[in-house]
Amino acid sequence: MKHVVIIGNGIAGITAARHIRKRTDHRITVISGETDHFFSRTALMYIYMGHMTFENTQPYEPYFWKKNRIDLVRDWVTSVDPSNKKLALSQAGSMDYDILILATGSTPNKFGWPGQDLRGAQGLYSYQDLESMEANTKDTKNAVIVGGGLIGIEMAEMLLSRGIGVTFLVRENGYWSNVLPKEESEMIVRHIYEHHVDLRMKTELDTILDDGTGGIKGILTKEGEEIPCEFVGLTAGVSPNIGFLEGSGIETQRGIMVDRCLQTNFPDVYALGDCAQFHEPLPNRRPLEQVWYTGRMMGETVAKTIGGKRTEYDPGIWFNSAKFFDIEYQTYGWVWAKPKDNEATFYWEHPGGKTSFRAVYDKESRELLGINVFGFRLRHEVCQRWYIEKRKVDYVVEHLKDANFDPEFYAQHERAICDQFNKENGTNVQPKQKSWQRILNLVKA
Amino acid sequence: MQMIGLVIASLGVLTVLVAWASSPAKINLFGASTGMALTFSLLAMVIGTAIYSARAYLTVPEGIKNNGVWTGSLTGRGAFGWVTGIVLTGFYVIIYWFPEYLGHQALDGQNVGLVALFDPLAQLFKGQNASQWFVYGTLYTVIIIALGIKFMMKYRHNRYQLVRTSVVIVSQLFLAYLIPEILAGLNYNDAVNAAGEYQGWYDTDLKMMWPLDYDYFYGWHMDAMQAEAYQPVGMAYLVWGIIMFLVVTPVITYFVGKRWYCSFVCGCGGLAETAGDPFRQLSSKTMTSWKIERWMIHLVMVFVLIMTVATTYGYFTGSGTFLGLEIYGTFQKPYGFFIGAAFSGVVGVGFYPLMGSRVWCRFGCPLAGYMGLIQRFKSKFRITTNGGQCISCGNCSTYCEQGIDVRHYAQRGQNIVRASCVGCGICAAVCPRGVLKLENGPDIERVAENPILVDNVGTVQDVNLIDSV
Repeated sequence: MKHVVIIGNGIAGITAARHIRKRTDHRITVISGETDHFFSRTALMYIYMGHMTFENTQPYEPYFWKKNRIDLVRDWVTSVDPSNKKLALSQAGSMDYDILILATGSTPNKFGWPGQDLRGAQGLYSYQDLESMEANTKDTKNAVIVGGGLIGIEMAEMLLSRGIGVTFLVRENGYWSNVLPKEESEMIVRHIYEHHVDLRMKTELDTILDDGTGGIKGILTKEGEEIPCEFVGLTAGVSPNIGFLEGSGIETQRGIMVDRCLQTNFPDVYALGDCAQFHEPLPNRRPLEQVWYTGRMMGETVAKTIGGKRTEYDPGIWFNSAKFFDIEYQTYGWVWAKPKDNEATFYWEHPGGKTSFRAVYDKESRELLGINVFGFRLRHEVCQRWYIEKRKVDYVVEHLKDANFDPEFYAQHERAICDQFNKENGTNVQPKQKSWQRILNLVKA
Repeated sequence: MQMIGLVIASLGVLTVLVAWASSPAKINLFGASTGMALTFSLLAMVIGTAIYSARAYLTVPEGIKNNGVWTGSLTGRGAFGWVTGIVLTGFYVIIYWFPEYLGHQALDGQNVGLVALFDPLAQLFKGQNASQWFVYGTLYTVIIIALGIKFMMKYRHNRYQLVRTSVVIVSQLFLAYLIPEILAGLNYNDAVNAAGEYQGWYDTDLKMMWPLDYDYFYGWHMDAMQAEAYQPVGMAYLVWGIIMFLVVTPVITYFVGKRWYCSFVCGCGGLAETAGDPFRQLSSKTMTSWKIERWMIHLVMVFVLIMTVATTYGYFTGSGTFLGLEIYGTFQKPYGFFIGAAFSGVVGVGFYPLMGSRVWCRFGCPLAGYMGLIQRFKSKFRITTNGGQCISCGNCSTYCEQGIDVRHYAQRGQNIVRASCVGCGICAAVCPRGVLKLENGPDIERVAENPILVDNVGTVQDVNLIDSV
């Protein structure tokens, strides 16, 4: 029986802990300085908005940890000595381990803006960030958010829920335009305006201005405009939280370097989730995967290895989802902001301007490469299977009803999507009735 | 404009309170006739609420509207919530056991106060003065309509909620209120025969059935349904009631789950989904609550079954005892008091702001228990979870009024097949990533794990990514 120590109680670390417990009888200790219990970081925004309490965001009741013999330690790890398999903790002294898993997550980026350490300037990642946002926005009338990505738009939604005016600075010429194709990006821009957010594209932060007491009175953009505000959200991306590993001998670049089995340069030390960086990223994927789902899948993967079966991280096709104010987004496979040379794209948008479907496919073979949906829900299983079975885009459009995951009675879009597809392609595809047999993969059709 | 709506609705409520306060004296409402005052009151409650809701919801983009739920005093179990809970509970105690305080026959057999306010409407339907139950039924219906309209504006982006709530409103207005009142007015119920003898009362709500209608097999109820003066309507209800329980319910529940009743048709459910909507998050999601729930609801089922066996035995043999125990005192009276009145009524609604809107449905209703067993073991209904998309945020569990830890299933990619799920669809509505879908599908492998997650072997996930790109 070995002692497995996991640093970090987020989705990656906890999934590893749970699955190691399912597979082995090892002693498991999870160390976190952030909270006593695992909580869903993605739900922090809902606590601020009053949709949920902090307790609601904890997936497991307190009895769960004792019942599964997973020891929880609330402490910060100050250094790691992998040659002697020892950790130094800020309160509890030191701890020995046989297997170490680093799942320490990220921290919000600060790019050296003057005033970035003033009271009221912060990112949103940790529970402590939520607490300080609560404290720092008590009397805020106006806020500026810097960085047009997912956390930025969630922060905007949070602030609007308290009646705080929001100015949103986006460096690019469109919202999230490195990821979203033009039409979808424009849809979100319209929706941001619909919520009365002052969206400024091609605008960058220059300085955060001190109000004389260490707080904020406004910001200065690079174009020289002064915008009054009392709170600044810094949402220009995150970076792996690995400062405490300096001098440890564990190889790092931006993140902790790992091989395909999530192992570091030390045989019994692994790294997962936001803080891990692949030597060799998987095809079409990045060296750093800073997403909830990939953290979870890495946790499951490393547990297999520690359970005795050395396993490579194999997450299947890319998938992700998000919610931009009231518009939901899902993606399956690979949809680039600009199609590659071999790629053709089909895009349908509902006249209401808040619902869309996009299929990206190979020009020659017409095989499906990726799907984007906004404002309507698709079945993950079905989309993934279409991709793996190399279905042609015509087949996908024809069988779209199989993938529809909207609630019952909702308007169905497949007829309109087929009609437009036929018009653009000169085809005669008719939407096939939903088939449970096909959905459950009981027949090949 | 929002304020105007609130003011109008408040005036409607105030009229009712003023009438109540004028007990035991006769009502005098600025010289208006009682009929006019009542009409104003009920219309004001509906129209005022509609105006308020329109301004609150129709002026902003459609979507989930849960800001401030946990920080609000009414919805977050704050002071306002406690006061409302105590007042509601108190009102139920009064209406069940002290109706004279509401003015029911409080002055020489005539109504005064609150009940008297409703006399004109009862006279209109059936030529009688109102009782406390007529008042209750009328207010219940008006509240479902008013707060149903509010709910539909709040969830106007969600067709499932719109359809469901429309059916709830129609169900309550017609099946539970208008048809019974009109039947009584036509002397098919609660009436005297040609010789002036009172023929009895039976439940003419078409959707009411045993065991929720626990007195269905009581002697006086069976006799009333068979009363000469009420035929053929009485007999039709008798037969219908049995068919509802034995045939209609299991068949429909097999096809669509128990949601057809609990979330579309039932009156208790109707109030829970409309008036109770602000409180759904107050249900306990702990494992302990689930354990208590299973014990309690099945014990109530056993209790109602034994009580009914005793009752039917008594009815057919004419005996007043069953196995040596007095039928009324040992079985009927305790069930009626503890379960029928205290649990179902007083706690069921009074505790909305404290424990959520479905305390009766979840912990007590024997009909829910019956349908729940069918739903759990032999039904096509499930809540499908969408592959790997769950982010464990917890919105689904938080807003489940039945206290189901929906997230537990969603984060593992496992279908939700639970006896207690009433299919309200709110979990799917509040999910920010489109992970949940209420649907009816093939019976096979309903409960099985979804193979999308890495851990499950032998399925789609065991694909070598490098080869497939």
